[in-house]
Amino acid sequence: MSLPAKPPSSRGADATVACRVDPAAAAVELTDVSFAYDLRPILTGITMTIPRGKIVAIMGASGSGKTTILRLIGGQLRPKSGEVRVGGLSVPELDPEALYALRRKFGMLFQFGALFTDMSVFENIAFPMREHTELPEELIRDLVLMKLQAVGLRGAAHLMPAELSGGMARRVALARAIALDPMLVMYDEPFAGLDPISLGVVGQLIRRLNDALAITSVLVTHDVYESLKIVDFLYFVSEGRIVASGTPDEVRASGDPFVRQFIDGAPDGPVAFHYPAPAYREELFADVG
Amino acid sequence: MSADLTVGIAQWLRRIGGAVTGAASKLGFASRFLLAVLWHTPSAFRRLHLTLREIYFAGVLSLVIILMSGLFVGMVLSLQGYETLKRYGADEQLGILVALSLVRELGPVMSGLLFASRAGSAMTAEIGLMKTTEQLAAMEMMAVDPLARVVAPRFWGGVISMPLLAALFSACGIFGGYLVGVRLIGIDAGVFWGQMKAGVDVWPDITNGIIKSIVFGIAVSLIAVFEGYDAKPTAEGVSSATTRTVVMSSLMILALDFVMTVFMFRGANAV
Repeated sequence: MSLPAKPPSSRGADATVACRVDPAAAAVELTDVSFAYDLRPILTGITMTIPRGKIVAIMGASGSGKTTILRLIGGQLRPKSGEVRVGGLSVPELDPEALYALRRKFGMLFQFGALFTDMSVFENIAFPMREHTELPEELIRDLVLMKLQAVGLRGAAHLMPAELSGGMARRVALARAIALDPMLVMYDEPFAGLDPISLGVVGQLIRRLNDALAITSVLVTHDVYESLKIVDFLYFVSEGRIVASGTPDEVRASGDPFVRQFIDGAPDGPVAFHYPAPAYREELFADVG
Repeated sequence: MSADLTVGIAQWLRRIGGAVTGAASKLGFASRFLLAVLWHTPSAFRRLHLTLREIYFAGVLSLVIILMSGLFVGMVLSLQGYETLKRYGADEQLGILVALSLVRELGPVMSGLLFASRAGSAMTAEIGLMKTTEQLAAMEMMAVDPLARVVAPRFWGGVISMPLLAALFSACGIFGGYLVGVRLIGIDAGVFWGQMKAGVDVWPDITNGIIKSIVFGIAVSLIAVFEGYDAKPTAEGVSSATTRTVVMSSLMILALDFVMTVFMFRGANAV
C-alpha cells in the first residue's frame, strides 16, 4: 500500500478554489486508458463517457478490472497511459491538494459499506461533514437526520454498524456517500450479498437519489437484472477491455455472445468455464514422478 | 549436470536478491511512513480527543496487566535478591537492588514487552482490519487522510502512554519488593527505604529509565501502526501483521535496551 497523497493544509474555500470543475464537461471521461500492476495488464484501451445526471453501470465478471476503473476515476491509481477526466479535470495530473479537493465532490459506496466500526450510524454520516465543514452541531444533526430519512433509516441513527443487516449497512453507506451533496457517486458492487428485498430497496434508492439530487452515478456490478432496471447505460468489461455497451433496451436485445452469456448466466462461452490448463486426458495419464 | 547447477545457483541468488531488495524496499517505505506520521503530528494534537482516546485504549486499558505484572516482578525480585544478598551479608541493600533493577531495566523493558503484546498488537489488528474492510480507502475517498485521522493519533497515544506505564510498573514493583522484603522477610522498613533513597539518583537512574521507555514507546508504536497499515488486506495478512508486531517489537526493545544501556551506564561504572 502506498502512502496517501498529502491532503490540503486548509479545509473549505481554498481547496475548493484549487479544483475548478468545468460544468459543461462530461462527468467522467476515460480515453484509451491502460493500467497494469507491475507487468500484469489489468485494463487495456478503455474509452468511456459518463454524462452528467446519468447512471452508468460497468459490468463484468469478477477480476475483469471494474473496480480498477473506479480507483482510476478516484485518483487512487494512476493509469499507465490514456486520460482520466472528471468534470474536465485530468485526474492523474492533479496535485495532491486539488485531488483531495476533487474528492470532496465524490461520494463512494464500497462493496460492504466500509462503515467506521467504532462510530454509530449517526457519527458515520456526520463524519465527512465534521471533517470538511465548520457547520454548527445543530445543523449537522439536522442534515444527518435528513440523509437518514432519505434512505429510510432515521430510526437507526443510534445503532452501531455491527448491529445492522447487510442491506441496512449499504443504505447507511449510501447516506454517508451523499452527505456532502456530491456531484459524482461511485458504487462498488452495491448489490453484493443482499437479499432480494434489500437489493430492490438499494437499487431504487440509487435511482431516486440520483434523480432527486441531480448527481451522476457510476455503478460497478455484476448484477444484470437489478442494473437493467435502474441504469441509463451499460458498459461490459472482460479481461480489461470494453467488449460491449448500450442502453438497457439495447443490451436486452443484444446478440453479442459475451452480453448473452452474461445475461443468461451461461457457464461457458466467451468467458470460459475452465481455467487454462493442459489437455485433460494428457494430464490424467501423465507419468507422475 | 553443470547446467542444472548453474540454474540452481541462479535461482538461489535470485531468491536472496529478491529477499534483500524486498527488505530494503520495506525499510524505505517504513522510513517514509515515519516521516509522514511525524508530518501529521500537529493534526494529531489539533484533534486532541482522538489522541486522548488512544491514550485511553493503549494506556488506561493496559493498566491492569502492567500493575499486576509490576507487583509480581517486584515481589519475585525481592525474594531472589534477598537470598543472594544474604550470602554476602548485604541483605539491607535489598531496597537499592529492587529499585535500581526496576527503574533502570525491568520497568522500561518489561512494560515495553507487555505494551507491545497488549496495545501494540491491538493497534496493528485494528488498523489492519480497517484496511481489510476498506475503511481506510473510504477515508481517502472522502478526502480525509488516514495517516492524520487514524495513524498519527495512535502513534502518539502509544508514545505518550509508554513512559507512564513504565513508571507505574516500577512503582508497583517497588511496592511488591517492599511487601516481600519488609512485610514478609522482616527487613527494617527504614533501612529498606533509606538505602533506596540514598542509592537511586535522578539523572543516571530514573531519567535514563524514562528515556528508555520513551524510545521503546516510539519503537513499539511505530512498528504497530506500520504493520497494521502495511498488512495484506486478508484475515491471514492481519494475523501475520499482528504476530510480526509482537515479535519485532520485542526484539527491538531488547536490542535497543542493550545499546542504550551501553551508552547510559558505561560512563557511570567507569567513574
